[in-house]
Amino acid sequence: MMEFILAKYNYWIYVIIMMIGFYAVISKSNLIKKIIGLSIFQTSVFLLFISIGKVDGGTVPIYQGTEAVYINPLPHVLILTAIVVGVSVTAVAFALVVNIYREFGTIEENAILEMIKHDD
Amino acid sequence: MANKETDNDLSALDHEKQSNIIRKTLVTKLIAFIQLYAIYIIIFGELGPGGGFQGGVILGSSIIIYILIFGLEDGRKRISQKTSDLFSSTGALIYAGVGLLAIFFGGHFLQYGAFPLGGSDVANHYGIMAVEIGIGITVAATMIILFCEMIGRD
Amino acid sequence: MADLVLLFFLIVCAVAAVVQKELLNSVIILSIYSLIMAVVWVRLGAVDVAITEAAVGAGISTVLFIAVLTRVKRREELTRIRLQILPLIVVLAVGLTLIYGTLDMPDFGSPAAVTNTHVVPRYLEKGVEETGTDNYVAGILASYRGYDTLGETTVIFTAGLCVVLLLRSNKKRL
Repeated sequence: MMEFILAKYNYWIYVIIMMIGFYAVISKSNLIKKIIGLSIFQTSVFLLFISIGKVDGGTVPIYQGTEAVYINPLPHVLILTAIVVGVSVTAVAFALVVNIYREFGTIEENAILEMIKHDD
Repeated sequence: MANKETDNDLSALDHEKQSNIIRKTLVTKLIAFIQLYAIYIIIFGELGPGGGFQGGVILGSSIIIYILIFGLEDGRKRISQKTSDLFSSTGALIYAGVGLLAIFFGGHFLQYGAFPLGGSDVANHYGIMAVEIGIGITVAATMIILFCEMIGRD
Repeated sequence: MADLVLLFFLIVCAVAAVVQKELLNSVIILSIYSLIMAVVWVRLGAVDVAITEAAVGAGISTVLFIAVLTRVKRREELTRIRLQILPLIVVLAVGLTLIYGTLDMPDFGSPAAVTNTHVVPRYLEKGVEETGTDNYVAGILASYRGYDTLGETTVIFTAGLCVVLLLRSNKKRL
């Protein structure tokens, strides 16, 4: 039982962080809070990917002689791309939020939906 | 009573100018080291941790801290809008240009080993360095553009 | 043991960032979250990702958040009740399904997992002589998977382009 928990506890913690971010996206009505939740969700997915590649007793994937055991460098490459794409998406989301605030005067989702309904 | 009020105002302005002098001096002395560190991370990205993205972000941050302390108009005198727009596309063009250059030398797209620079691994080495510099330029310019557009009119 | 303490602080920071009403407090806590993430990356052996997370997460992302907060309202107004039942049920259901899905995943740190034995041994054997770099991650990023990196550079450029199109006004500026 103890070995089972020790082998899998990291995945469960990542799922908990993912669910915190997911709850923020679907239940908060402030748009900036939704973007914060999205950012937390993204980082938990990165944690999942990189912890798959860890090898017990392996070192950092920089060349240190032919006899060394390295950890898997392929997830690092994918997550490097993903982090920078994540910040690009966040920046475009901010530009949209600024435009919404300029148009409606508020960034609470309930108030915006009511204003749209009243306009129709 | 009037004298005491103006004395208080003058000391407040003096205090503001003094703390601004501390910030401005600190930033002007630090920016050179930050940019040197960023270029070091870009170029040494193949011998240790680092690479184009990380160095580009730090290079962009050095201009962002200048704009934060000195204001947007002063920052625009150093890096104009046209310059940052131009550099943002130059890096991606360098990357695609290196790839097309590999086709001219007889290889596939982005096959750096086809450059006639003596051996497949030396040619790969130079190709990777050129590509990382291109990535660094694009990322730095894009970070500056994102920040300047986000703060808008000062 | 140190891993457990760091991950516990990650959960605490995430919950604190979501619950705060003042958005500036949320953003500062998110910056601390990025710092703890960078330490977790180093503990997992991913040094390139640690530099990227420190520079991008605790640097640029925080600055962009604060720059947006100067243009919108800085306090969240409570227009819904604090704890909602339906999102909580959905979140619990999805979380339990995901935990059930992780029971089949490879153990933490096993060298015989499928992800570590498929194509990576070839990259590790021939990496230095084919790409000429000592850093395997930089070699794979720029040489073996160079096409993906070209796409990523295009994505960064497109994000800059989108922000310019959305926010730049046509008035004559400096």
